[in-house]
Amino acid sequence: MSILIYAESSEGKFKKVAFELASYGKKVAESLGTTVTAVTVNAANVSELSKYGVDKVLKVTNDKLSAFNAKAYADVIKQAAQKEGTKLVLLSSTTDSLYLAPLVAVGLNAGYASNVVGLPVSTSPFQVKRNAFSMKAFNITEIATDVKVLGLAKNSYGVFESASSASEEDFAPSLNDADFNIKTESIDKTAGKLTIADAEVVVSGGRGLKGPENWGLIENLASALGAATACSKPVSDLGWRPHSEHVGQTGKPVATNLYVAVGISGAIQHIAGINASKVKLVINADPEAPFFKVADYGVVGDAFEIVPKLTEKIKEFKANNA
Amino acid sequence: MKILVCISHVPDTTSKINFTNGDADFDSNGVQFVINPNDEFGLTRAVWFQEQQGANVTVVNVGGPETEATLRKALAIGANEAIRVNATPTDGLSVAKQLAEIVKTGGYDLVICGKESLDYNGGMVPGMLAALTGANFVNSCIGLTVDGTNVKATREIDGGKETLSTSLPLIVGGQKGLVEEKDLRIPNMRGIMTARTKALQVLEAVGSEANTKTVKFEKPAPKSAVKMFTVDNLDELVSALHNEAKVI
Ligand SMILES: Cc1cc2nc3c(=O)[nH]c(=O)nc-3n(C[C@H](O)[C@H](O)[C@H](O)COP(=O)(O)OP(=O)(O)OC[C@H]3O[C@@H](n4cnc5c(N)ncnc54)[C@H](O)[C@@H]3O)c2cc1C
Repeated sequence: MSILIYAESSEGKFKKVAFELASYGKKVAESLGTTVTAVTVNAANVSELSKYGVDKVLKVTNDKLSAFNAKAYADVIKQAAQKEGTKLVLLSSTTDSLYLAPLVAVGLNAGYASNVVGLPVSTSPFQVKRNAFSMKAFNITEIATDVKVLGLAKNSYGVFESASSASEEDFAPSLNDADFNIKTESIDKTAGKLTIADAEVVVSGGRGLKGPENWGLIENLASALGAATACSKPVSDLGWRPHSEHVGQTGKPVATNLYVAVGISGAIQHIAGINASKVKLVINADPEAPFFKVADYGVVGDAFEIVPKLTEKIKEFKANNA
Repeated sequence: MKILVCISHVPDTTSKINFTNGDADFDSNGVQFVINPNDEFGLTRAVWFQEQQGANVTVVNVGGPETEATLRKALAIGANEAIRVNATPTDGLSVAKQLAEIVKTGGYDLVICGKESLDYNGGMVPGMLAALTGANFVNSCIGLTVDGTNVKATREIDGGKETLSTSLPLIVGGQKGLVEEKDLRIPNMRGIMTARTKALQVLEAVGSEANTKTVKFEKPAPKSAVKMFTVDNLDELVSALHNEAKVI
């Protein structure tokens, strides 16, 4: 009856979302009067999950699962859920978890709600609140099935410590050869570079920066803030920045704690992709730029003057508060 | 190669989102509908396969008669034929079940969906379709080539990309990168004219089954006004980011 969470790891180390999901799972379990079981795949230090309220860990260690494979991983989660008699499976919203979630749902005959924000609105009937219409509305969804799968929206709950003593159990699910009809040939990832998906702060530049030669401004501010860099669509279309940095409706979604937009007008298609960020700081020369309507903090003026000054102020602040 | 492109008919991003019937239903009044942007990248890639590799491209939508204009647009962009499954979608599974039926009876080799539709942001139809049909599945797909039945696909991962090899039959959850923005096609007059003569078949739904339902919609609480700073009081901005917003 325990709640099952899939605690995601990369190269053996838990991702931050694993702790967020555990924190969320703990709270939901309390309201349902049950416990939290986590399933892990090739994670090294599973006792870390004890910090966040997990009661039991089903530890899967298998070389065949060393590269992510959506069907095989979904199968592992499904078998873990069946073994535990789980009625509620919780997943995060990383690219990998979004990939496997619908497979888990069909495998368990479970109703699935993605993009869930906050704790369930009600547990009987089971209703959750989810983001819809690119954050322009919420959708209260009722799940009618006996087993349910929820995908927690990125950075929507937070990480909360709650000490527990998780028991560990090795778990060896049976793997289906057909799941491996898909093979990883290569992975192209800049080692050590903070990604838009993992960053807590993103600094993004638009066409207002005039040209790629001015991106030092963005990079310096980002490095002062410990942030990842991003850009608006025209900036990547013009080849000023790589496509991987394009954020917005047709680019990557951003759900950070702080989003800093420099020289970006704030077109609705751009906002659609970044609106899940909690705090928005906008720097723009045009006081009428639509971005100010959705911003929390704004500075009107020339980015070429403001950004270097702000970068210095942030560095000073960090030095004094280190 | 027989390709099926699943098209979601969604409000244009610039539309005002409103609800009716005590906030239980989406209000389509005055809303401009478009091909879901993620699907449009997939459709354009499918038309490329048609032109370069002789593929046949069918587009399909599960929806009411009002979605036919969107299917005609897909035909004008270059699809060979269209199918509308006459059903009102209630959740991701209900759509995936209808599509699974089309995939099985039509014998498609490659099915291209968008990774997510911009209205409900569910991101579940392609995966559920893969689970229901047993086909291979690549989500967040940003590159796709087919040689015989061999497939090379690239998918986006957090912080980079992954290249995969697999085979047909395949289901793809696609997005920008399948083609670039500049390769998207605006239907020309000739395309629009020939689209009128292409087949648009209406099929009745095969039962209806949903696991979830929308109870109601809510609008986000109004935002508090932006706090403005100038180049001369950036210290105050830094202190607000620290003390008030607690983000640095
Ligand atoms: C279907 C569709 C999908 C789209 N998807 C996306 C998407 O995913 N992401 C996206 O970003 N866009 C997207 N767009 C494009 C979007 O509509 C805008 O065109 C785009 O976001 C504008 O980029 P920008 O703000 O960098 O440039 P501009 O609109 O040119 O704005 C530049 C801004 O910089 C300011 N500025 C200029 N000089 C300075 C200076 N010295 N200091 C400070 N500020 C200055 C200006 O005041 C202006 O506000 C999409 C459009 C469509 C139709």
